[in-house]
Formats: sequence, structure tokens, C-alpha cells
Amino acid sequence: MRVSKSYTKLIILLIFLLIAVLVLNLSLGSVRIPINDIFEALTSFNPDKGTNHYIVLQYRLPKAITAVLVGSGLGASGLLMQTLFRNPLAGPYVLGLSSGASLGVALVILGSSLFGGYLGSLLLSKWSITIASSIGSFLVLLAVLAASIRVKNTMAILIIGLMFASVTAAIVSVLSYFSSAEQLQRYIFWSFGSLGDLSWTEIRVFLCIFAVGLLLSILSIKPLNSLLLGQDYAKSLGVNINSSRLVIIVATSLLAGSITAFAGPIAFIGLAVPHLTKLLINTSNHKIIVPAVLFTGAILMLICDTIAQLPYSVYTLPINAVTSLIGAPVVIWLLMRKKKLFV
Amino acid sequence: MSKLKEQQQHIVLEVNELVIGYQSKKRVAEIAHNINFSLKKGELIGLIGSNGIGKSTLIKTLTKSLSKLSGKIQINGKAIESYDANSLAQQLSVVFSKKTISSNLTVEEVIALGRQPYTNWIGSITQQDLNKIEEVLELIQIQDLRSKKCHELSDGQLQKVMLARAFAQDTDLIILDEPTTHLDLYHKVYILKLLKRLAETTQKTILFSTHEINVALSLCDQLIVMKKEGTLFGTPEELTQTSSLNDLFPEDLIYFDLASKTFKVK
Repeated sequence: MRVSKSYTKLIILLIFLLIAVLVLNLSLGSVRIPINDIFEALTSFNPDKGTNHYIVLQYRLPKAITAVLVGSGLGASGLLMQTLFRNPLAGPYVLGLSSGASLGVALVILGSSLFGGYLGSLLLSKWSITIASSIGSFLVLLAVLAASIRVKNTMAILIIGLMFASVTAAIVSVLSYFSSAEQLQRYIFWSFGSLGDLSWTEIRVFLCIFAVGLLLSILSIKPLNSLLLGQDYAKSLGVNINSSRLVIIVATSLLAGSITAFAGPIAFIGLAVPHLTKLLINTSNHKIIVPAVLFTGAILMLICDTIAQLPYSVYTLPINAVTSLIGAPVVIWLLMRKKKLFV
Repeated sequence: MSKLKEQQQHIVLEVNELVIGYQSKKRVAEIAHNINFSLKKGELIGLIGSNGIGKSTLIKTLTKSLSKLSGKIQINGKAIESYDANSLAQQLSVVFSKKTISSNLTVEEVIALGRQPYTNWIGSITQQDLNKIEEVLELIQIQDLRSKKCHELSDGQLQKVMLARAFAQDTDLIILDEPTTHLDLYHKVYILKLLKRLAETTQKTILFSTHEINVALSLCDQLIVMKKEGTLFGTPEELTQTSSLNDLFPEDLIYFDLASKTFKVK
């Protein structure tokens, strides 16, 4: 499809907006750091220059990068799912990925007492939660892939994903029933999501998985566009539906799976960002909308994170609550104005 | 003149001893057999038959979304199985009867998607593609619709756009599954007359299934008639003269009136 110039302008605008929000995010927090200091810290880090440089590089920058990855990744995978399933209510988690991750984490946190002693405390280390959540979403991914190879009907895959989600949710509630209050609290805190816990090493791993997912999403742009005509038309245009579907599902799983592993099950963004983007840029052309969701997702996530850290206070709100509190009214407002929702 | 005739003799789609139906692990359900026809360049061909006789199954088989049970299907002299997905998309375009397209696409975007078999990995549109899109917009006279979104179109306009998309795909053979359902009588005739004109001017072979038998009889070069007893192929004149259409439907309600060459209610 054609990319007209007006869209290029909008994308450039989004990039500027992203930079502005990024700087704002780095600057605001429990202490305000002047913009000069931020640039200095980024260009020529000087440990003697005091705490500001340290805060920016070791605390705020990793968090901002996580926010960018989480927002853009969820936006992109939400878009992929909405186009694949032709359903405006689909999101990155419709395939049951976050439920798989939740199950993995629940087994580690809530089940750790079963193992007891040294093994139990080993299980509770931070990487173990990341690994458990990755294994959980990976297993669900395998199950969904196995189903999608056997099942020809795309709608059936959606329903199978939902079924996985409810089975895992059921197991989690059984586990919760037998858990102590302390364990439950830990699990609930994980389910709130968090952007601020990642070290630079973790961010590197996150970035690598993210890059593969993003690459696969970009490779899916052409089949995604033909899917806008419906599966029959896509097929008649020479698209291999089964392999394209597989690439789209793997891309979504890598993006959403790594996000859940490193930042917890972040709600709402994946569902809302594609709609927000389409309301801003009135097109369904994936050559425009894929880059656009990456930027809108990152911007929205950075805004949510800036609000969540409650500038000038020592408190931080759960990011999951903020995304919905900020995002839902915005989507409602935009829909009331434009009145139409498209896949 | 002789050269033109020679070109017209070129066979685009040839079907021999085709058996169609559904195959599952446990059983084979045959729907129709002994189907033979050959469609030439620039012809408009109607596919008629009562509901449930297998028109859709035949179209699905011809467009390779369903495997044939046995027999031969050849497009431009090559067996349909030997084409990979993308090269088949350069030989055959399809207009489906179900409305499945995303209504947020503009007319131009829908038509541009017809160029996909020729574009690179990310679907970039070249100047050549743009020229083709212009040509098709003009051919079907929908230039004024180009930047409209599909949800703003009437059913008749949308059908013209889907037709334009198929022509943008620039294939020798175009197959349409009931292109006139959902349309009023005027637009039914309009679309079918348009198909006739397009087949003549572009020299593409157009096959469509329809329930508009009276219109099909007066417009088509050839007809494929699917009946319980078997599948016939011939010109409208041949078919009406040999009274082949008399038993197209169960004869308790309607009959074929030879004098007026139309179906009438008893």
C-alpha cells in the first residue's frame, strides 16, 4: 500500500514527542534532576559529579528503556493479534501468554514453601521469577503453536488461547488457597507489574529477545496488510496463511512473553495502543501503523510511568493500575469523539 | 484479423475429467464428477446451477482453496498444482462473495493490495504499480471513489472496487463467486454488463457463478451448467436449443420457457 507524506510527518511528530516524554521521565522522580544534568550524565558520565548522574544511569535510564520496550512491544503485539484475529478486543495476551507466565510465577512463589529451606530461597531469587515466567509463557506458546498447526480455523485458536488462560487461572487460585498471606502478597505485587527492577544485564537480554520479535513483526507487514482483506483474499494474493500465522504468533509471543517475564503482566496497553494509534492516524496500513504503534506505545508507557512514580514523593503506584486509570478514559474520550472502532 | 482469432483461441483454463468434493481422513464425499470445459482468452463464462449442486465447491477447487479429488485443472497450459502460491496469484485472481474486508481501508488501498503478488518483501508500490492502479480506476470508472473509506461505500460500489482489485492483480483468469448477491436488479445487470465489457476490452477470461440465469443467458459467451445428471458446457444458444436447461431446477415450481428463453413460475 501507499505511504503518503502526511503520515511521515505524523511519525516524525511522534518521534519528537517520544524524546520529549523520555526527557521528562528521566527528569521527574523522587528528586527532580535538571535537564542539563541528564544530558551530561548520558554523554560524559562522571561518578564524582554526585548522585544525579548515578540516579540517571543506574536507576532512571534502565527504567525508561524498560518502559519504552514494554510500551512499544505490547502495542505491536496487540496490533498483530487484532489484525490476525480481526477482533478489536484481541490483545497480546489473548493467546494465554500472561496466564502461562502467571502460572510459572505462582508455582515458584506460592509453591516455594513446598520445597522448603535452601531450595525454597533459591527459588525466590529474582532471576528465578523471570525464568519461571518465561518458561510459563513458553509452554503456553508451544501449546498454542501445536494447536495452530493442527487447527485450520483462526477463531478456534483464539478460543483455545482463552481456554488455556482460564485453566491456568484456576490452577493459580488453587495454589493461592493453600498459600500464606506473605506469599500471596509477593505474588500480588508481581502481578501489579514493575518497570524499575531491571539491571543492565537483564535489559540486554530483554533487548535481544525484543529485537527478534520486532524483526518478525516487520517481516509480517505484507501478510498483515493482505489479511485486512480477509483470509481468503490473502491466500488468493499468494500469502501462505499457515506460515504467516505462525510468524505472527511467534512474534507476539516473543514480545509479550519477554515483557511479562521482565516487567510482569502489564495490563491494558496492548489492547488500547493500537486503537489509540488508529484514532490518531486514520489508516490500517501496517507499513504506517506498525511503526506508529511502537511510538505511541512507548510514549503512553513513559507517561504512565512518570505519573506512577509520583514526582517529588517517595511513593510509587503500581504501574498496572496507572496504565488503566490513564488509558481507559483516553480511549473512551477518543471513541466518543470519533464513534468508530476498526480492526 | 486471423492473428486476433488465434489469440482468442488461446486456452486459459482447461478442466478435464474433474471430480470435486470433500475429503477427510475417514471418507470421501464426492459432489460432482465428469466436469470438462476449456475457457478461452477474452471470454465471459457463467456458472449456473441450483443451490447445493456444487458451484461453490467447483469454484473453491478451481481457485485451489480445496483439493480436487481427481482429474486435471490447467491454467495457461500448466497444472494448477505446479504453481506456487505467488505465481498462481499472478495467473488467477478471485472475488469472493463474502464481505470480509476491513472497512477502514480506502478504495485506493484495497486496489493497491491487488498488486501484492508483484511487490517486494514489505509490499512497496512502484511507479509501475501506481500506473496499473490508475488504469484500473479508469477502466471501472471509479476515480471519484479513490480516497473513500470502504465503510462509506454502497454494496454496488464496493463490488466495483473488489472487481477493480482483481483487475489490478493483472491475471489472465478472474473468478468471481456470486458477484451479484446483495445487489438490486439494476446493479446486478450493471455488474454483469461491466464484466462483459471488461472481458472484451481487456481480453481477460472471466468466470463467475450466478443465480441470474436470464441475464447470464443473454450476456455470456459460454455457460457451465451444473445439474444432478452431470455438468454441461456450451454457448447459451446450444444449451437453450438442446433444452438442456429444462431440468436445471426441480420442475414442480418453475419451468424454462423456450420461446422467451427465460424461466417462468408455474
